[in-house]
Amino acid sequence: MPTAPKIGLLKGLGLTLKTALTPATTQQYPHVKPDLPPRTRGVIALMEENCTVCFQCARECPDWCIYIDSHKLTVPPKEPGGRSRTRNQLDRFAIDFALCMYCGICVEVCPFDALFWSPEFEYSEHRIADLTHEMDQLREWMDTVPPPPPLEVGAAMPKEVQDGQRAAAKAVEEAAEAARAAAEAAAQAEAAAQPAAEPAPDFDQETYDRLLAEGKSERVAKAKAKKAAAKQRSAAGGQPGGSASPQADDGGSGSPQAGAQAAAAAEPAAEPAPEFDQETYDRLLAEGKSERVAAAKAKAAAAKRRRQASEGSEGDQ
Amino acid sequence: MESILTFDSLLFTVVVKVLVIVAFFLVAALVVGYLEHKVMGHMQDRTGPMEAGLGPVKHGVGQLVADGAKFIQKEDIIPRSADRWVFAIAPGVALVPTLMILVVIPFGPGVWAENLDLGLFFALAASGVTVIGVLMAGWASANKFSLMGAIRDAAQLIAYELPLVLAGAAVALQAGTLSLVEIVERQNELVLFDTIPVWYGVPQVIGFGLFFVAAMAELNRPPFDMPIADSEIIAGHMTEYTGLRYAFFMLSEYAGMVVLSALAVVLFLGGWYPWPGADLPDGAWGAVIGTVTTIAKTVILAMVMTWARATFPRLREDQLQRMAWTILIPLALAQIVVIAIVIVVLP
Ligand code: SF4
Ligand code: SF4
Repeated sequence: MPTAPKIGLLKGLGLTLKTALTPATTQQYPHVKPDLPPRTRGVIALMEENCTVCFQCARECPDWCIYIDSHKLTVPPKEPGGRSRTRNQLDRFAIDFALCMYCGICVEVCPFDALFWSPEFEYSEHRIADLTHEMDQLREWMDTVPPPPPLEVGAAMPKEVQDGQRAAAKAVEEAAEAARAAAEAAAQAEAAAQPAAEPAPDFDQETYDRLLAEGKSERVAKAKAKKAAAKQRSAAGGQPGGSASPQADDGGSGSPQAGAQAAAAAEPAAEPAPEFDQETYDRLLAEGKSERVAAAKAKAAAAKRRRQASEGSEGDQ
Repeated sequence: MESILTFDSLLFTVVVKVLVIVAFFLVAALVVGYLEHKVMGHMQDRTGPMEAGLGPVKHGVGQLVADGAKFIQKEDIIPRSADRWVFAIAPGVALVPTLMILVVIPFGPGVWAENLDLGLFFALAASGVTVIGVLMAGWASANKFSLMGAIRDAAQLIAYELPLVLAGAAVALQAGTLSLVEIVERQNELVLFDTIPVWYGVPQVIGFGLFFVAAMAELNRPPFDMPIADSEIIAGHMTEYTGLRYAFFMLSEYAGMVVLSALAVVLFLGGWYPWPGADLPDGAWGAVIGTVTTIAKTVILAMVMTWARATFPRLREDQLQRMAWTILIPLALAQIVVIAIVIVVLP
């Protein structure tokens, strides 16, 4: 004997009726663009400059739908008499999106950050062959790649950034060291030359070093150092000719030249080897390029400038 | 009362009646089919067809027209081992009964094709003919799924035709006539306890439920679509059909929804009267109001069928049969006995 129909039947009817009376969740796609999460896997973009033709992606692709051609290029030695080197030149990089199953393995596996996901998905074609996107097309997708998601609060910086920061800190330290040495020498020389009083220093090296050691930024340190110096100056009673300023002998910041020198030495360190050209970056962003592209171009611009600068200074010496 | 479609020339009358019925049949099937698409879509939290439109009116109103155009373009395939002749006419046979029931259904005062004295009998008898078309289709297809579907359909028809007929018979008993037009008139005169005017749907609420459930089963509408259960036997008797012939089966399903809903309206919901005990003006206005009322009620009932379809899962074959034989038929018999006693006892 079947069990008698229960209230559940009516509940079911109630549910469908309620659903019918609430607005549908359908998105009218071609008229209304879908609301996709930013990391949607739409299409794969290639940052050609980063690709070293290591073939990792092509080898790991489960569908074998990445096609790479390259040839060896001999790079002449940097210095005369050096060994010439070879490097791979990318000739063709194509992904067949008719085969691709959007597993993302290629993006994961690329050791050089050359492949990225872009949320762009409207690239259907009338001919299946047109779904094979060549290098230039893949490069264009690069402009649609969203910026990387912000790090979580308290998360460790990426390794690259950590390295950069460490290098910057080291450069600062060295510069400060050099400045101190120079200041000492200068102070001694000047003390010998004119033991008379000095104009009050406008930069307090001691404060500066302490703050730096505390991990403050150069700018802050310099500003505080200047302020400290000003304080000392006023403490000294505003006598510009006051004899034997106490700081004169204690190891450092006696002479204004030394201070200036220290500042000069600290300056390039303060903007430690600008890895990144903010101006270029902003301009490209404003032009609507993706942040990655902008960042890359900005880096390139910065590198160029650095190179020019170093060449210039070599010429000076 | 004469049908408003009656003219002096008999031939002309026949032609007009046939044309009107066929036109109504096609339009009603399209409208109800479209409404089902939309209603079921919204019940499933989507919008249903949105694109195809008739002129500037979008929201998919032209969807079924487009579907029809597509069906016409499809290749008409007849399997090599099929019984060609039977295979070819089966969809037509399945379609005819629906058209025939339309002949006797009154839509308003004077708005009917024929007022047969045996109207109810005619309608119920004709509704059973569909299964012959289905059996022909299933047998002629030379496909085991088709045959199983057809056999299931026949078994289902036998099981559910009984409660359908018994529920109808109870109405005829209470009205004292088999003419559908007179059933509507008598129904409007029914006054319960000398105060409350009601339709037959109130004293015969069980019969109404039985009739409605049996009608759904007879049309193979989910949740009673075991004969065309797609997960088991592909599409039952329609498995081998393509193109226009397939469209004919679909058409007869949707038109069947309209026709049986209209029959339920006539038998239980007061036909063309907007409310129980209502009085319609004579002449054209009465006909218009009556027709609109009947069609509105019919569409509502058809949408309730869709509602059930969107809500309930398909019954298993044994559950289907058990439900008919152990619940519906005994209930129908009990009800007809009670009605008969009440009719005799009460003056
Ligand atoms: S996402 Fe596509 S191209 Fe990349 S590895 Fe997977 S299948 Fe290959
Ligand atoms: S894994 Fe990355 S770097 Fe290596 S070939 Fe592929 S895209 Fe180029």
